[in-house]
Amino acid sequence: MRSQPLRLFRSELRLVFGRRRNQALLAVLSTAPILIGIAVRVSSPGGDGEGPAFLGQITQNGLFLAFTALTVTLPFFLPLSVAVVSGEAIAGEASSGTLRNLLVVPVDRTRLLLVKYASIVVFGLAAALVVWGVGLIVGLLLFPHGAVTLLSGTTVSFANALGRALLVALYVAAMLAGVGAIGAFFSTLTEVPMGAMAATAVLTIISEIVGAVPQVRVIWPYLFTTPWLAFGDLLRSPVPLHAMAIGLLTEGVYIALFLLLAWARLTTKDISS
Amino acid sequence: MPADPSPAIATRGLTKRFRSGQVAVDGIDLMVPRGCVYGFLGPNGSGKTTTIRMLLGLVSATEGEHELLGESMPAHAASVLPRVGALVEGPAFHPYLSGRANLMRLDAGDRSVAAAGAGRRVDEALERVGLAAAAGKRYRNYSLGMRQRLGLAGALLRPRDLLVLDEPTNGLDPQGTREVRTLVRELGAEGSTVFLSSHLLSEIEQVSTHVGVMSHGRLVFQGTLTALRQAAGVRVRVETTRPDEAAAVMRALGTGTTAVHATSGVTSSVVADLSDGDGTPVDTAQLVEQLVKAGVPVHEVVVERPDLEDLFVELTGEGFDVDQ
Ligand SMILES: Nc1ncnc2c1ncn2[C@@H]1O[C@H](COP(=O)(O)OP(=O)(O)OP(=O)(O)O)[C@@H](O)[C@H]1O
Ligand SMILES: [Mg+2]
Repeated sequence: MRSQPLRLFRSELRLVFGRRRNQALLAVLSTAPILIGIAVRVSSPGGDGEGPAFLGQITQNGLFLAFTALTVTLPFFLPLSVAVVSGEAIAGEASSGTLRNLLVVPVDRTRLLLVKYASIVVFGLAAALVVWGVGLIVGLLLFPHGAVTLLSGTTVSFANALGRALLVALYVAAMLAGVGAIGAFFSTLTEVPMGAMAATAVLTIISEIVGAVPQVRVIWPYLFTTPWLAFGDLLRSPVPLHAMAIGLLTEGVYIALFLLLAWARLTTKDISS
Repeated sequence: MPADPSPAIATRGLTKRFRSGQVAVDGIDLMVPRGCVYGFLGPNGSGKTTTIRMLLGLVSATEGEHELLGESMPAHAASVLPRVGALVEGPAFHPYLSGRANLMRLDAGDRSVAAAGAGRRVDEALERVGLAAAAGKRYRNYSLGMRQRLGLAGALLRPRDLLVLDEPTNGLDPQGTREVRTLVRELGAEGSTVFLSSHLLSEIEQVSTHVGVMSHGRLVFQGTLTALRQAAGVRVRVETTRPDEAAAVMRALGTGTTAVHATSGVTSSVVADLSDGDGTPVDTAQLVEQLVKAGVPVHEVVVERPDLEDLFVELTGEGFDVDQ
């Protein structure tokens, strides 16, 4: 008899992506690039110099719409969707009572946490890819495309730029994995999914606020939100890797810490729901 | 099949003290032999569900230890629990998934079975509890009885050596209650041990071979149903005009608590437990003979068997209040 380690993971993915609310989240995310694309298209072509990064470049190359959409959604909408899905992870099963069913199957608690976290990461990746993919499609439909002039002034082929854009989406997904670990931890603390979601979203926003106050500049390097926008470096040639490496490291430390906390909590918790 | 000597469930001093300081389960020693249908009785709040949660490793015991199917828990949960089917405190499923999808999810979590048989296992379980027709319906649209059945189906996803069912007939109509009773008997006949909790003695009485009675977190009785009936204390009532002498004769024969009650007429009644709890019960024929020999006029002798319901109330305390 062969055991199937991925069965529960697939079941979990079906649960996450089959859920209407989560589909709605992805749908809402996909509207961001559409709205930006239309707004830029209908506004006067000379109106650059203001607004989010890359906005000015969109009219030159549609590919930049994908970058702009990620820049616009990364501070709030993307982490919020991940907060919703990760806050739901354990607390949702606890509130519906299904947690006890899974545990007596038995699903080992460590394994459950890993499966839950893996599906949160996949959802974060999907969310980033939705923004990126819709941005790309809308950008190519509404604006010119072809060889891309990077921020550093160098011109690269469209295929090269597309590759860079994909790396941007992956970097964003890695940043969201940090939010997901925090959400997974909060999710082990309560039987009220809304509570865990709210706590995760609030912590993210507080971190961003602190990251915008120059007086506390000393703690900026320790915030998990600080390195988020470093993905802009992927649009330079040669790519400066330093900031992104620090970003991945920061997120890695946050992920390890919060997963450990979640594990410590979940494996010792009395399941009385 | 070689007889396995280890009991299906054995606990020693199992205790749960909640953070509130409340002792919900207080040092219980359960002994559930293999192959029996064990009725776990107790009024609301007496600690049945908490005990079951500890047995399954959902809640950690404050003190004590326990074994399921001969293996210590929770250390061996991974190897024991696949052989244990459980329904804890009523059914709980994802509301937006169908009954079938919910069971598929539970099956997906079970590493001890091959993925290939999943559909068949789920359909058989649904069939067995009479839910096949509603398998595709969303759980949120299930009636209470259908939900309870789905919970049972979850416990029956594969053949189990032990079934732990917490109030499985809760919310079922009389027809459904009968079906569950039949199901429990079938499972017992197939060789599974069934541990089933209830606050209704009448229900336990119909299916169980063994009984454990909980009251305020303590196990106040454990034994076979026959032993429970005996413990129900068969009593003898003697109507006589010389009650004190009758009582003396009865005590000499070894009756338990013996008391004289004045009745309205000429005679008084002497009521005594036929057994003092640890001896063999007093033979009534012999009692009458001795009374007559002692010159005690016997107007009437009645052997009274209190029903189990009375005994249950006696064991667990009367009153409407739930156990604190
Ligand atoms: N998580 C908890 N925290 C604190 N007290 C609890 C907790 N769970 C249960 N209790 C208390 O423990 C006692 C026993 O509860 P339990 O659910 O085991 O009773 P029960 O015998 O299953 O009752 P019922 O027949 O009503 O289902 C109750 O007084 C209950 O309030
Ligand atoms: Mg209960």
